[in-house]
This record gives sequence, C-alpha cells and structure tokens, in this order.
Amino acid sequence: MNIEYYIVLSIALFCIGITGVLTRRNAIIIFMCIELMLNAVNLLLVAFSKMHHLKGVAANPTAGIDGQLFVFFIMVVAAAEVSVGLAIIVMMYRNVHSVDVNFLNRLKH
Amino acid sequence: MSISEILFYFLSVLALGSALMVVISRNPVHSVLWLIVTFFAISGHYIMMNAQFLGIVNLIVYAGAIMVLFLFVIMLMNLNAETEPKKNKWLRMAGIVAGGCLLLVLVAALKDADVKNSAVQLNSGNIGLIEQLGKTLFTEYVVPFEISSVLFLSAMVGTVVIGKKGD
Repeated sequence: MNIEYYIVLSIALFCIGITGVLTRRNAIIIFMCIELMLNAVNLLLVAFSKMHHLKGVAANPTAGIDGQLFVFFIMVVAAAEVSVGLAIIVMMYRNVHSVDVNFLNRLKH
Repeated sequence: MSISEILFYFLSVLALGSALMVVISRNPVHSVLWLIVTFFAISGHYIMMNAQFLGIVNLIVYAGAIMVLFLFVIMLMNLNAETEPKKNKWLRMAGIVAGGCLLLVLVAALKDADVKNSAVQLNSGNIGLIEQLGKTLFTEYVVPFEISSVLFLSAMVGTVVIGKKGD
C-alpha cells in the first residue's frame, strides 16, 4: 500500500476534526473532535514508521520504531489531557449550568 | 485488488463516515458512540500494519477508558437530550468552508511531495510487537517514560483540585 493513501486519509480525518471544532458549540463535542485530530496524527505516525522500517530494515533492524513510541507517548498525554479537560467542563457546568462555549465569553468581565 | 486493499478501503470509509457522524450528530451520546466506531476502524488500520501493541492499546485506552469517561460526564450533566441551541447559519457555513479549504491546501501540497514510490509495509515486520517496543522503551526512551509518570501524577492532582466542591 502506498504511503499517499494513508496521508490523504489522515488529512481528511484531521480536517473533519477541525471542522467539528469550528462548527459545534457543545464543549464536550469540541473535545471529542480534538481526540479525533490526535488519532489522525497517530495513524500517520504509524504509517510513516512502517514506511521507514521497510526502507531501512537492512541497515538497522529496528528502523522506524521511534514513530510508534511517539504514538504511545501521545496516547499518554491525551489520557492526562482528557482527565483535566473533563474536570474543567464539569466545573464549568456547575457554575453556568451549560456546556455551551459561548457562555465562556463572560470570563473577560 | 488484493485482500489488503479491500480491507484498507473498507476501514477508511468506516473511519471517515463515522468521523463525519461524530460532527453531524445532534445527540452527544450518539457522537460518543460514533467516535468509538472511528477508534475501532483506526485500530483495524494499526493491526493491518502489524502494529499490534498500538492497536490493542488504542482499543483499551481510547475506546475503553476515555470514551467511558466522556459518556459518564454526558450522563452526569443530563445532556443526552438534544439541548444544543441553533447556531448562526453563516457561522456554521464559514466553519465548513474553512475546514474544506484546509483539506484542499494540504492535499494540494501533497501533490508536489516525493511520496510516489514509498510503500507502507503491511502484515509483516516486527517493530510493532511488544518485544521490540518494550526493549526500546525501557532503554532509549526510559527518561520520557518516567517523566510521563510525573505528568500523570500532576494530572491526577489537578483533576482532584479542579473537581473539588466548595470554596
């Protein structure tokens, strides 16, 4: 399978995530779209890792393994991010009784 | 058309379609369920590329833990009705056009890139297996691994502090 297909698939997933962030107002759905973008990048990292493995396996038997470890670390950071972000959303709901991000503009007052 | 190509196209269409449904659905619970379908499709891609450890971790961590957390929060806030108010139509249109433009620019940039004869290794290679990943993780990447444990600790403390009731 050519790398092009994976790049196009990841770009499409990433742009769907961007569109979701721009068009939705529910904070939880915006958060889910961010997860979608993280996963698009993860998919691309694994595809590139397998591409480099195929090219460099003769010189180095573990060529391209760094990409997969980066994906592992991205998952770690995403899990930490989700826990803090959801706590913030729960806090926001407790204060303004809504998860609409437009209500957050009163932060400036 | 080989079986790998058929699987690739099937999983890609599944991922893209369910990702679109995440954005389109009015009900947040349906969005979460569609996102789980997307994660299953992406895990299928990982397993097809023989990155078995990441495929399983993606299922356990994302589809298993994070999405359940999302569902809990949605149920806790009683958001499972269609509560989102109508948004300005032009603002929504502008968001869709902006996303489409980004897609166009990125795909157009790909046209000049030198990726025509770079194949991705499917169904073989052992870098995605736990043995190789574990050896590299605990020798070359042991410092970032320990730092990530500190990150988890601080995230845990932060969550408790933010979510605490009162004051």
